[in-house]
Amino acid sequence: MKELMKGNEAFAEAAIRAGCRFFAGYPITPQSEVLEYLSRRMPEVGGVFIQSESELAGISMVYGAAAAGFRAMTSSSGPGYSLLQEGISYIASAELPCVVMDVMRYGSGLGDIFTGQSDYWQAVYNGGHGDYRTIVYAPSSVQEMADLTVMAFGKAEERRNPVTILSDASISQMMAPVELPAMACHDPDAPAWALKGKGNGHFKRHTSVMYYMNEYDGYVRAKYEKIEKEDQRWESLETEDAEIVLVAYGISSRICEEAMRSARAQGRRVGLIRPISLYPYPVNAFDGLAPRAFLSVEMSALGQMARDVALACGMRAPVYSMLGGTRLYSCSDVEARIGEILGAAHGAF
Amino acid sequence: MAMLRPRACSAETKYCPGCGHGIANRILAEVLEESGRDKRAIGAIGVGCSSLMPDTFDIDCVQAPHGRAAAVAVGLKRCRPDCAVFAYQGDGDALAIGLSETMWAAIRNERITVIFVNNGTFGMTGGQMAPTTLEGQKTSTTPMGRDAGATGRPLDIIKILRGLDIAYLARGSLSGSADIATAKKYLMSAFDAQDAGYGYSFVEMLSPCPTNWGMSPSDAMKHINGVVRQTYPTGEFLRGGGNE
Ligand SMILES: Cc1ncc(C[n+]2csc(CCOP(=O)(O)OP(=O)(O)O)c2C)c(N)n1
Ligand code: SF4
Repeated sequence: MKELMKGNEAFAEAAIRAGCRFFAGYPITPQSEVLEYLSRRMPEVGGVFIQSESELAGISMVYGAAAAGFRAMTSSSGPGYSLLQEGISYIASAELPCVVMDVMRYGSGLGDIFTGQSDYWQAVYNGGHGDYRTIVYAPSSVQEMADLTVMAFGKAEERRNPVTILSDASISQMMAPVELPAMACHDPDAPAWALKGKGNGHFKRHTSVMYYMNEYDGYVRAKYEKIEKEDQRWESLETEDAEIVLVAYGISSRICEEAMRSARAQGRRVGLIRPISLYPYPVNAFDGLAPRAFLSVEMSALGQMARDVALACGMRAPVYSMLGGTRLYSCSDVEARIGEILGAAHGAF
Repeated sequence: MAMLRPRACSAETKYCPGCGHGIANRILAEVLEESGRDKRAIGAIGVGCSSLMPDTFDIDCVQAPHGRAAAVAVGLKRCRPDCAVFAYQGDGDALAIGLSETMWAAIRNERITVIFVNNGTFGMTGGQMAPTTLEGQKTSTTPMGRDAGATGRPLDIIKILRGLDIAYLARGSLSGSADIATAKKYLMSAFDAQDAGYGYSFVEMLSPCPTNWGMSPSDAMKHINGVVRQTYPTGEFLRGGGNE
């Protein structure tokens, strides 16, 4: 049975059903529904909900909970996501799992609360210090929010690494029917890393692993190379014969899909690559494609994802960038840009 | 008489000679082992010379981010209510960068024990001014001595915590064998309060940092007894089930 839910609520409920029993977070628009929902829901399932004094404290509590073997998470938006970075770096360094959602709003500093995609660099290229990455999933629908959240908890444990759900105000605030996952059980005593006191055995410590490893550099490299090889996720739509391939994630991918359908109806061969994992970036999606151009579409002023597209396609074709921020593009804007680019590309021949 | 070392103090500590951290680690290990809590203890360790502790202290632990040990301890305790959970922090960690986490764990009366090592300086980073640095005390960032007009008065956290609904509050000193025995009793009482479910317990320990005070270990002890204690009086300040 499907339930009508907001993206933020689907995230919260899916986390509960994935066995998450610890949430600590601080209110910020547009993610506050997560706190509101979990303040009611966590106690129902015997979990812990804490409205923390700050994001710095919240992520540190998550660090403690993860060290105790629990499935734990927090969520925030832009300014608060910046404060989470300290803890994320520590958790990654200690090789513990956790899930963090950033519901992107637009802008730097305080920014504004309307939708945006300007935290791409921060989420994908480490907001925190040091040699680590977080696995980043970008949902483009309420259903996918629920599905990726469940996957995120599993992946975080498999790789012993934080996983980020990079949402945006649109996906998090929209309501849609969603098929929720079945309730799963997580045994916090089971993980090898779970602290519960040393009992009669040997003690465990969670710390920045490098001090205790001889081959730290190579180890970290190998860990992330494996993730880059094995964990790419994306959706390709009508890319095989495409003259131009759009590349977009999250809310922008929905606008691009509509533009693509509309352009196809008019006989233009347009395709779409929708990255689902932003780290690792789905470079395999670009294999064998030879369109006349790529068009990266994102809601940021500086073009944060565009250079990843350029790297992924090896510049086999020109990469154009369509940007928006305070001024958002619509489906017809994207279509118009497609027309311009194909016109220009024709002219170039 | 052969001195028996607690099992948790598995190796020679890495602190400077005469450092109070070594004493604090030792009595903490004794308290945990004498009460059988070592088997279910988990520590959140602060950043500072405290960070050397996990190397030689065989108790389950997490190295917390600088200042956030209380918050990490909260995450641990809420998930593992039957464990004896403590935060172990210096004065820069607990009172400068981590004052917010320190206060809020206390305000929520979280069932954790905070062990606060007050040596009046940032030991690990080379002896800069800490919130607890005494008036007039020379440090590497107060070369003329701490000027209260510009930097505020030394922070007596006990005065602030005393007004809260918490379970246990004490300040001991690591400056002599009788004082060390008393500090150990305070620690035991703090863990007892945690186990009884009364809430938050906090034990401060006046601790020598001979290296950054530029004193011999024995002069550093004398300095605590003769000078530091005037600003930071020792004793038990709250005991029992909070504000009963
Ligand atoms: C975010 C951050 N800022 C600064 C530091 C550098 N740092 C390490 S320890 C420390 C001060 C520790 O002093 P204190 O808590 O008094 O402990 P002590 O070394 O005296 O025992 C500082 C500032 C850090 N590790 N992290
Ligand atoms: S610097 Fe001070 S606090 Fe740090 S180990 Fe040396 S004596 Fe102890």
